[in-house]
Amino acid sequence: MLNLGAALPEIFMAVASLALLMLGVFTGKDRSFRTVSWAAVGAMVIALILVITGEGGAAFSGQFLADPFARFCKVLILIGSALGVIMSMKFAERERMARFEFPILLMLATLGMMAMVSASDMLSLYVGLELQSLALYVVAAIRRDTVRATESGLKYFVLGSIASGMLLYGMSMVYGFTGSTNFAVISDAVSNGGLSVGTLVGLAFIFAGLCFKVSAAPFHMWTPDVYEGAPTPVTAFFAVAPKIAGLALFVRVALGPFAHVVADWQQIIVLVSILSMVWGSFAALRQNNIKRLMAYSSIGHVGFALVGLAAGTEAGVQAVLVYLGIYLVMNIGTFAVILSMRRHDRMVEEIADLSGLSRTKPLMAAVSALLMFSMAGIPPLAGFFGKFYVFKAAVDSGLITLAVIGLVTSVVSAYYYLRVIKVMYFDEPVEGFDRNGTELNVIMAVATIIILVFAFFPNPLTDSAAAAASALFGH
Amino acid sequence: MSEWPILSIITFLPLLGAFFILLIRGEEANVARNSRWVALWTSGFTFLASLMLWINFDTTTANFQFVEKAEWMPGLNVSYHMGVDGISVLFVILATFLTPICILSAWEAVQKRVKEYMIAFLVLETMMVGMFSSLDAMLFYIFFEGVLIPMFIIIGVWGGPRRVYAAFKLFLYTLLGSVLMLVALMAMYFDAGTSDIPTLMTHTFSYQAQLWMWLAFFASFAVKVPMWPVHTWLPDAHVEAPTAGSVILAGVLLKMGGYGFLRFSLPMLPLASETFAPLIFTLSIVAIIYTSLVALAQEDMKKLIAYSSVAHMGIVTVGAFTFNQHGLEGSIFQMLSHGVVSGALFLCVGVVYDRIHTREIDAYGGLVHRMPGYAVTFMFFTMASVGLPGTGGFVGEIMTLLGAFEANTWVAFFASTGLILGAAYALYLYRRIVFGALTKENLKNILDMSPREWLLFAPLIIVVFWMGIYPSSFLDIMHASVLHLVNQVETAQAAAASAAQLAAN
Repeated sequence: MLNLGAALPEIFMAVASLALLMLGVFTGKDRSFRTVSWAAVGAMVIALILVITGEGGAAFSGQFLADPFARFCKVLILIGSALGVIMSMKFAERERMARFEFPILLMLATLGMMAMVSASDMLSLYVGLELQSLALYVVAAIRRDTVRATESGLKYFVLGSIASGMLLYGMSMVYGFTGSTNFAVISDAVSNGGLSVGTLVGLAFIFAGLCFKVSAAPFHMWTPDVYEGAPTPVTAFFAVAPKIAGLALFVRVALGPFAHVVADWQQIIVLVSILSMVWGSFAALRQNNIKRLMAYSSIGHVGFALVGLAAGTEAGVQAVLVYLGIYLVMNIGTFAVILSMRRHDRMVEEIADLSGLSRTKPLMAAVSALLMFSMAGIPPLAGFFGKFYVFKAAVDSGLITLAVIGLVTSVVSAYYYLRVIKVMYFDEPVEGFDRNGTELNVIMAVATIIILVFAFFPNPLTDSAAAAASALFGH
Repeated sequence: MSEWPILSIITFLPLLGAFFILLIRGEEANVARNSRWVALWTSGFTFLASLMLWINFDTTTANFQFVEKAEWMPGLNVSYHMGVDGISVLFVILATFLTPICILSAWEAVQKRVKEYMIAFLVLETMMVGMFSSLDAMLFYIFFEGVLIPMFIIIGVWGGPRRVYAAFKLFLYTLLGSVLMLVALMAMYFDAGTSDIPTLMTHTFSYQAQLWMWLAFFASFAVKVPMWPVHTWLPDAHVEAPTAGSVILAGVLLKMGGYGFLRFSLPMLPLASETFAPLIFTLSIVAIIYTSLVALAQEDMKKLIAYSSVAHMGIVTVGAFTFNQHGLEGSIFQMLSHGVVSGALFLCVGVVYDRIHTREIDAYGGLVHRMPGYAVTFMFFTMASVGLPGTGGFVGEIMTLLGAFEANTWVAFFASTGLILGAAYALYLYRRIVFGALTKENLKNILDMSPREWLLFAPLIIVVFWMGIYPSSFLDIMHASVLHLVNQVETAQAAAASAAQLAAN
């Protein structure tokens, strides 16, 4: 059964990106950058509307499934991607990387993410994941005239390919032992015949590959280098949409075909999440570059999100989704701040460059302080609720030790978030930053308002996350 | 008046004021003046509103009053539930009483970034009031930890030379304790299916679960109180904080720990409380004696008062775990009087600090010759801190010791030595600062207290006298609720004992 209607947003994105590619080619290189960028944003908004209004359903003979879970994740991904494109425009023009291919590559990456969160078969999963990864490898190295960016692009490519290899290997094992690549069939095979050793090995390889993609420890090594080396808007993009897509995919795989053997993989996720939380918080303590700091912070956040997955319950999935929604807002806001760190027309990236920001730019300092407190998970800001949901799910599943370790590491991580606030508020001011673009100011303001008022209106996010989670469990 | 959501008004009015201050624009001097006035009016009005609680409070019942309940997170069965009983209502009033005084005390002392300062204090007030009046564990936790944000900023921006260290220490110490409490709250929620405090109070947890939960709560409240040996953040925070920050810290924030014991540990985990009472007694007695001795050796005025706070709070925790009416009421009363008295003592330090800009005790001496009014005020609060009959400090201490005597004679004995040591360091401090010859050059033309400063101290003096001379107006409010709490604890303990008896037969 083809049922193209279910995949309408993806089809639209594919057609739109190709059309924009032609537009870029025919109008000549860099003059069309802004037009193509805004058109890409427009296409993402239209895709967003299509996702929300679409009726969903299965398509492509069971390869593709547009259920409420996928819909929820796609909404987050499209918002993150569209904002990523918007944030990069001014930067690209200033830093001489205004190529029209850039927004198109981001569109293709987004398309890949949308496909992978909708995957209901190992093959469509892999195709989506690779479409995303290939586009991102190019994006990471898009400033090919700087050594740092090229190096980070190359690192990302080599390590990412290894991860893809592991993933494929794991998939082939699972296929060999269960006889299918389809999630539903694998699920039946596993629940009827039990988990054979071969399937378990395959499962471990698949998980390792996915850990790579979401940068969970111990497969996180590429993250700090890539975050630091890539141009800042690219880092901002990396930090948000692919993380959300990767974690959603993780949930989909763990609780789709392997939903009946939670006890068998739970320990893997528990271990990975503990390592990520611990490494993400301790290694960040000594960072001076804010982009590297954000890299470790994202490793830590992935660890926290995986706590929800480790619970292996519907409440756990809901918690992961709530966490991802809040993570999206906090990270977009923080990267808008980082993108505003320009002095004398040059980007600065050291934490020390924020010194005394509360004097030179009080509003921006207040915004970043609130974002940092929220990342640290201090109530009443939104970040606290994300942590609350995942740890509550863990406690409900009896993983009290995991919850205690996680919360204690969150205290450690609070130290480095506080350090940023300390630099902005307690230190003597240095020269102020250049004026921001309007779009960055708007993004910062909106992100701050959301994390401030989330405590009063948590229900839209938590309810839709609950609906998405219950769809995954087939209710 | 009961239709009005009075608790929500008291809680969120300061936040509204903070929002107004945020909108103030213009020339710096104007902004500073306007922010001061807005903050003062807001907090003053909040205090008046909170007096409505006192006036309309029904002292005959142990039930929660002024209850508000609204749906908040229905998916989690967490609701916005506010209300006060005889234990918490006075703390709400303590918080709203001290905030305007703090704002007034910073009128001239704080000159830089006045707008942010006032915003931080009003946000802090919202958090404090919200914490004392929330009847949902989740809501409680949010306010409890939310306090850290403004406090971190207050110490870090307007504090002394080692302010960064002190601010981090305060934040991380308290956060570490709090997250363990969060785990316990989640476990309670999982066990009872709700985070509603009145429901949790009637829920019976298994003994084994109680032990773990109690320890997790203890981690949080013991840091907050603070109890020995996790008290070391307090002297640092006090020394570096600006005067008003110290006042709030000693006056209200320390009480959050004591209040936590009374609201969570005792009624919800009575069996574990009984098991761990010897631990609390031991730590409290160590705190009382050891920190009193440490206080004797201090060279810094604020540090001395900070250590004395640890000792006084030791008496509070002794009282809380006697499980009898005298001890509990004494404990609450001691918290209230200590809130006012230690706040006032920090203000006394602030008065001379604003003039000479040092807190070294040796830099002073003979102030009585130039500042008679100050000498009298300082004397009064020193005596109140020592526990002189006629002041609030006496009532709290004597009731607590009575309760302790009923529970355990030795505890009462050792706790009493704290009073003697307390008199020693307080009088020693007073002598070194106020009496003696006026030899220091820079003290020779120091001025006595200004009308603004008198205005600051007048309400505090009145309240301390009132508490000492007619304590019933405070004790009557708490009687019913404390009695209810005592019965609850005793019933649970008796039930467990008879169950054990049954099992033994």
